[in-house]
Parts: sequence; C-alpha cells; structure tokens
Amino acid sequence: MRELRVTPIKNGTVIDHIPAGMALKVLKILGITEESSDSTVSVAMRVTSKKSTLKDIVKVEDRELLEKEVDKIALVAPNATINIIQNFNVKQKHKVELPEVAKGILICGNPNCITNLREPVETEFVVVSKSPVRLRCVYCERDLENIVDAIT
Amino acid sequence: MSMQFEGRDILSIKDFSVKEIMHILKTAKKMVPAAKGERRDESLRGKVLATIFFEPSTRTRLSFESAMSRLGGRAIGMADPEASSLKKGETLADTIKMAESYADVTVLRHHHMGAARLAANFSAKPIINGGDGAGQHPTQTMLDLFTIWTEKGKIEGQKVALVGDLKYGRTAHSLSYALSLFGAKLYFVAPPTLQMPKEVVDDAKVGKVRPKLTGDLNDVIGKVDVLYVTRIQKERFPDPQEYQRVAGLYKVDVGLLEEAKKDLIVMHPLPRVNEIHPSVDGTHHARYFEQAFNGVPVRMALLALILGAVE
Ligand SMILES: Nc1ncnc2c1ncn2[C@@H]1O[C@H](COP(=O)(O)OP(=O)(O)OP(=O)(O)O)[C@@H](O)[C@H]1O
Ligand SMILES: [Mg+2]
Ligand SMILES: [Zn+2]
Repeated sequence: MRELRVTPIKNGTVIDHIPAGMALKVLKILGITEESSDSTVSVAMRVTSKKSTLKDIVKVEDRELLEKEVDKIALVAPNATINIIQNFNVKQKHKVELPEVAKGILICGNPNCITNLREPVETEFVVVSKSPVRLRCVYCERDLENIVDAIT
Repeated sequence: MSMQFEGRDILSIKDFSVKEIMHILKTAKKMVPAAKGERRDESLRGKVLATIFFEPSTRTRLSFESAMSRLGGRAIGMADPEASSLKKGETLADTIKMAESYADVTVLRHHHMGAARLAANFSAKPIINGGDGAGQHPTQTMLDLFTIWTEKGKIEGQKVALVGDLKYGRTAHSLSYALSLFGAKLYFVAPPTLQMPKEVVDDAKVGKVRPKLTGDLNDVIGKVDVLYVTRIQKERFPDPQEYQRVAGLYKVDVGLLEEAKKDLIVMHPLPRVNEIHPSVDGTHHARYFEQAFNGVPVRMALLALILGAVE
C-alpha cells in the first residue's frame, strides 16, 4: 500500500524520512515560514514509517530545491530522501548527503569568531564526524554546539 | 607531504606536522648567533614586514621587529590600527589588502578568533598569526617547543606540567596539542574551575599518552622535567579572596623547587605577575628569559623560510 496521508501532488518535491518533529526546521530552511513565501506545502508529522518508527514528511508543490537548501536539510535530517515528483510520479529520488565542508549555510556560535564581524566572508565548517554530526569552524577552530539553531 | 615553506601562512600550530616543526626549530638554531648580534645576516635585505596589532603586545611585536632587523629587513607598523582603521569602519579584509601592497609579509594580532585565517584569504602574501584572541598563537608555541628542545635535547617523552589558568589560556591549549603530537607526557595542573576544556584534553590524546589532570602542584613537582607556568587572571574570579586563595596554591618559589628534579626547567610565556617568585630567577631552573629571547631566532627562521631566503 502506498503511503499517502495527504493529497497527491502533480509536480514538486517530497522530502521524506525526516526525523519526527524536525519538519518545522525543514520548513524554516525552505523559507516557507516567511510571509513572502507563496509555495503550497503539506506537512505530515509523526507518521509511522515502514520501519515502524515515526517520521515527518514535507511536500512542496511546483518547486525544486536549491543545492544549499539540500545541504542544510542534511544537517537536520541526515537520512532524508528528496523525491522529485513529475506528473504524480516519483521521477527522481536521492538521499541527502552531508557535504565535507558546509560553506555559507551556518552562523558560528562563537561570539568571538571573526566570521561574526562585518567581514566579506562566508562561514565554513568542516564535518569532523558524521554521526553524530560534529562541525568545526575553519576560522575559530571551535565545534558548533547547536547546529540546528545555527542554520541560516 | 613534501616540505614547502615559501609563501606559506603561519596561522595555527595544527597546520604543521612534527617533521615541519622540527625543520623550523633546526632552522631557528642556526639563527641564534645572528639573533644575538654575534653574526651579521642580510638574507632579508630589502624585504618589508608589516606589523598590524589590534591588541597591545610588547614581546611578540618587539621580537618580530628584532627578527626582521637581524636578517637585514625592515618592519613597518600602524601606530594604532584600532584608531586608524576600525574606528573608520574599515573591514579587516580591506586593512589586509592595504598591508599587502606595502609589505612582503604581514604579522597580525587581533582580538577575534580566526582573524588571521580570514586575513590569509585576502592576501596573496604570507600572513603570520601573532595571536587571535582566545584562539591561536603559533609562533609562541614554536618558541616554547624550541626552548624545550634546545634545553632537553628532545621533546618526545618529556614530562611536562602545564600550570595555572588552563581553561582560558590559549598558550596552554596550543602547546598541549603540539607537545602531545611530539609524544610528550602531559600533566594539567589547575583548580577545577580553570582546568583544560574538554576539547583540548581530547586533542591532547592525539599522542600515545593520555594527559593527567590534577589540582595539586605537589602531585607533580617531583616527577616532571618541565614546569610551564601561566598567569591566573584576577578577572576570572568574582570574589577577590577566592582569587588570592587559588593564586596562592600555584605559586612557584624556591621552597617548592626543593622537591623538584635537579634538571627541571621552569618556563613562563611572560609577563608574570606573582606566579613565580623573583628568587627563582637566580636558580638553575629558571628558563623564562631564555624562552623570551628564543622568540627572536624562531621568528627569524619563520620569516626566512616563508620569504624563501632559506629552504
Ligand atoms: N504524487 C505524489 N504526491 C505526493 N506525495 C507523493 C507522490 N508520489 C510519492 N509521494 C511520496 O513521496 C515519498 C516517496 O515515494 P515512493 O513511492 O518512492 O515511496 P517508497 O517506495 O516508500 O520510498 P522510500 O523507500 O524512499 O521510503 C513517499 O512519502 C510518498 O508518499
Ligand atoms: Mg517509504
Ligand atoms: Zn567560528
């Protein structure tokens, strides 16, 4: 049986296998919480997956994701899949992947880090461990304590 | 990895392998006579070093200027970069691009961590980190290693106690990383509130030997080969009496040194306040003034290497 808790969409993107409760973070990453957003979105939270654990699903109509958005999603949902829907069918599916270096998608949590001054640079974090995810700032060499809150 | 120093930035001790650091120390040893003014060396004649210090410093700045002069080069500096650029709203990136056009190499001290790495992104010419807030101060670490190496013959296997404010002291952080890389045995001596941060202890496990943590100087004084004392800052304590009590526990004096190995050396990055009693200065243990001098040959070696005057 196909798991369709919400109405099928014709074209768009389904982000599946988001850890239960993290859908709101994904919405924030996609800018859907902004007033200016005009995307049609449906969200299913705490649905039972095939592995009988709970997961969240986000479906965005008529929109594909940018590379930076996918990189950010990988930080909050390391096992998520991105499904491109075309004409009601899954046209493409891929798992998100943590980049080796997270560039320009996070703010350093260290207030004494030079990247928090008004300087013309993108932040840069090296992934020092994938599970659990640990990120180290290339500039101040400190580990990021709260990754989710640091996402821009 | 082949060793390539010409054009290289000196940003963090973590960017260097043991082999590379040893090459720097050996080069520094050859610089000692010229550093003392006993031999003339003109290998950096015509070269210009820019010193940009957003934070006050005596030793680092003076020893860089001395190092450059001893190699026949010149140092230029901004009188007060805080006043001249920051107040006008100039970014560090722009200040560095300006320095790049006036000099062959720049040494930068800044209160924000990672400032030197940022500077390096905007300069084709080498940047030397002269201390970035609570972050790194790689040339200090190298002169500390040079002191232990020249005094003891080798770094591997030395028992080194780091004493004092290990929580906030960047000198202690970088040095403990480097010493463990070399295979020294580390003892971290500090009150619980000022002990090494967990990340630094974890980093120090890159070596074969796990560091030992203690609050009591008497536990280690009879065992160690090197006592590296750092300043405990009054500002860290809300209660002045508590400061007096803690600072008193980590005071090095002639009495304490009676318990020490004969060939123990006492080091300190200076300036000291009262962690080391002046009566220690005259003992054969004291090495902190030699250590301060060593800043010159080590910085000469780095300048000569990155400007391509030596290989
Ligand atoms: N037309 C559609 N409209 C809305 N959601 C869809 C549509 N087609 C598929 N989906 C959803 O996209 C996700 C992936 O669909 P798919 O058919 O590949 O499921 P699956 O075989 O369970 O995949 P997986 O092994 O990745 O869990 C599911 O959550 C599914 O409900
Ligand atoms: Mg499924
Ligand atoms: Zn940082």
